[in-house]
Amino acid sequence: MAGQENSLLSGYRVLDLTDEKGQLCGKLLGDLGADVIKVEPPGGDPARNNGPFHKDIPHPEKSLFWFYTNLHKRSITLNLDTSDGKDIFQKLVKTTDFVVESFEPGYMASLGLGYAELEKINPRIIMTSITPFGQTGPYAHYKATDIVGVAMGGMVYIYGEMDRPPNRLSCPQFYFLGGLHGATGSMVAHYYRELTGEGQHVDVSCQQAVVLSLMIVAEIWDMLKYSYRGMGPFYAGARPGGSPLFSQVIYPCKDGHVFLLVTGASQAGMISSSQALVEMANKEGIAFELKDYPWQTIDAATINQEELTRLTDAIAEFIKTKTKAELSSLALERGILLAPITTVKDVVESPQFAARGFWQEVEHPELGAAITYPGYPIKMSEAPYQVQRRAPFIGEHNEEVYEKELGFSKQQLGILKSCGVI
Amino acid sequence: MTGQVFAGLKVADFSWVGAGPQIARELAYYGATVVRIECHRWPETTRTAGPFKDGITGINRSAFTAAYNVNKYGISLDLNMPKGQEIAKKLVQWADIVSDSMSVGAMAKWGLDYESCKKIKPEIIYFSTTQMGQHGPYNKIKGYGFIGVSYAGYSHLNGWPDRDPLPLFNNYSDFISPYYLITALIAALIRKRKTGKGMYLDQSQVEVGVSFLAPSILDYMVNGRVACRMGNRDTYVAPHGVFPCSGTDCWVAIAITNDEEWQSFCSAIGNPDWTKDARFSTMLGRKGNEDDLEELIAEWTGNYTADQVMTMLQEAGVPAGVVQKAEDLFNDPQLKHREHFRFLEHSEIGPHAYQSPAYRLSKTPCSITKAAPCLGEDNEYVYKKILGLSDDEVADLLIEGVITTDTDMPEALQSK
Repeated sequence: MAGQENSLLSGYRVLDLTDEKGQLCGKLLGDLGADVIKVEPPGGDPARNNGPFHKDIPHPEKSLFWFYTNLHKRSITLNLDTSDGKDIFQKLVKTTDFVVESFEPGYMASLGLGYAELEKINPRIIMTSITPFGQTGPYAHYKATDIVGVAMGGMVYIYGEMDRPPNRLSCPQFYFLGGLHGATGSMVAHYYRELTGEGQHVDVSCQQAVVLSLMIVAEIWDMLKYSYRGMGPFYAGARPGGSPLFSQVIYPCKDGHVFLLVTGASQAGMISSSQALVEMANKEGIAFELKDYPWQTIDAATINQEELTRLTDAIAEFIKTKTKAELSSLALERGILLAPITTVKDVVESPQFAARGFWQEVEHPELGAAITYPGYPIKMSEAPYQVQRRAPFIGEHNEEVYEKELGFSKQQLGILKSCGVI
Repeated sequence: MTGQVFAGLKVADFSWVGAGPQIARELAYYGATVVRIECHRWPETTRTAGPFKDGITGINRSAFTAAYNVNKYGISLDLNMPKGQEIAKKLVQWADIVSDSMSVGAMAKWGLDYESCKKIKPEIIYFSTTQMGQHGPYNKIKGYGFIGVSYAGYSHLNGWPDRDPLPLFNNYSDFISPYYLITALIAALIRKRKTGKGMYLDQSQVEVGVSFLAPSILDYMVNGRVACRMGNRDTYVAPHGVFPCSGTDCWVAIAITNDEEWQSFCSAIGNPDWTKDARFSTMLGRKGNEDDLEELIAEWTGNYTADQVMTMLQEAGVPAGVVQKAEDLFNDPQLKHREHFRFLEHSEIGPHAYQSPAYRLSKTPCSITKAAPCLGEDNEYVYKKILGLSDDEVADLLIEGVITTDTDMPEALQSK
């Protein structure tokens, strides 16, 4: 019933009250073997309406988004707004290690189920709250969707074309980041509890999680007072006292695009990468002017724009003549700092993921199908990854939890059902 | 060190560049003792790539390196010399965790791979994080985070449907991979407390990237749909976009996800006539006429600052947010309230900003106290106090060049 034998978190229980804002957190704890119980309002979690859907049929039991973020979990329905619902929840908290929630700040406390109350029921409890901006502060009650959240975290401004508004990534990241950092904070608190027996409250800001993903964008401002902005296919390197240096990094090739670094000599592998590239181009009669080019003298702080553009234009001529696959093999063989721009189809067909055993088949008997999921990105020598179960149907485990574990009779469950508790 | 979650936990940090060093940084935020091993003869990319304090190059002046190595001790050691490897093995003996983000095979060359370290300390927990993982046909690929974002499919999903894909300047997968690893690492530490047994963890950063695109991956697996970039549009919601505001290159993001928010939006902007257009009265209507709708919204937003638009709409319960620039992040009242940026005095950079974790722990707050080390800054402390070497031994190591002090960096990048 609980997590798998060898799993790192087997025997630990999570009550997951989140909607789309925090669902990844429980999924990640389930990846490590925790017994995660999704607590849904009667009628089901609203995130079940998030697309895409299985065979494009919009239905709460067919959301592919929900399938992924609720893998491993069991589901019970419970209406926390009723007194019976609260009572049952408090009973469950006694045997629970983690409560994860993503309600508006203050909501759980208004039900009498805030951390202060849960701690009295179970001092070992870890309560993780995942919200767009955190539990307190001037924006604590601001609403955020993905695009609003990543914009506020600084991630939109750094992507874009020069002649258009900055843009977001076309696959939502804001709440995945919150769920990931929620799992991290939960585990730090878990370690402390294992040492001391004491639980605590983990207050996650998805906005901060975005800021932490910006690489050196904040640091560039701190050092140089330059706010990095997306500039089409270029990196726009900040140069004190001068205009930014535009280095082309996206190049069209025969059947798509590749990413390629031809910048200063400051990065490991840069010089040999450029030499190998020119050698390959020369073999095909291209970029002769760059034969024996002194790559080691390039300094991103001083090279002039015309010179760098001359270099990248010559190399672009060679890239145009090759396919993604040809260029990727060259990169692999010769240590060239190049990567193909892949689509999801390329990803699924790549021999690398298959060789690592990354993909996981999950049976969905009710759909008459097995669906292949992205697996776990870490191989652990002593705790092989296991999918515990497909995502649950609404209230699929009511009987298991309410009757077998909490000891309610069928008649009592009937009463709870009829008054909208479960 | 009371209240420090990881007090007494010891990490020998051989990781470098972006993704690796953030992992031990998280443990160091909460009290672990982390010793980071570097070498002057092949300084790592972040030390030579900047941004440098005041734009003046120098091996200790890059905020890139500083960002991921706060709260750590830093030593300089030449792992290509047999004596350097001997010292490294002493650190492995001392440590609970060994951290590796080198190219596949590098640690083995120095006798510091998991199998070798296990012989030195059977209960060691050892992790490797690389672009492709330790195995598979692409495992030796060269490169940085761009490998992750390109191979995982991010660039293809960045930009506009009528234009080429765009790069991700922030090498995004480098900044989600560490947190996957931290959660598994802590679970492995707890297992070790219970069983006395160590473990090896082997991460593929590209697989992490793919995991964060799971909805699109499943859409392809099940429905055969190949996701493509769509600017600021959303499949299900309209209006959904980034709109111009007063000021230079200033923008606000707005998403109106249901009828209630639409009504609130209309009254917040004063119910101009166009909001009564029947085409916009339903979600299907708004979605079907989003070009026209977004043009009208842009006319309105252009009259205000991004901050004004955000405040007006949020007060009405409509999701809206400033497209914040790096400068805005430092002035953001919410991030200030959360103390996201912490300022410490670095011995060459001077006072500068470090970022704190995205979560606040109610009983054991993080403690960010030691600015990132200059290369070899903590040699004295680590070699003598932690490893117990004598003054003479340390002097010999210096003379022999095992503890490095000279750099092979291009002259232009050396400290002036």
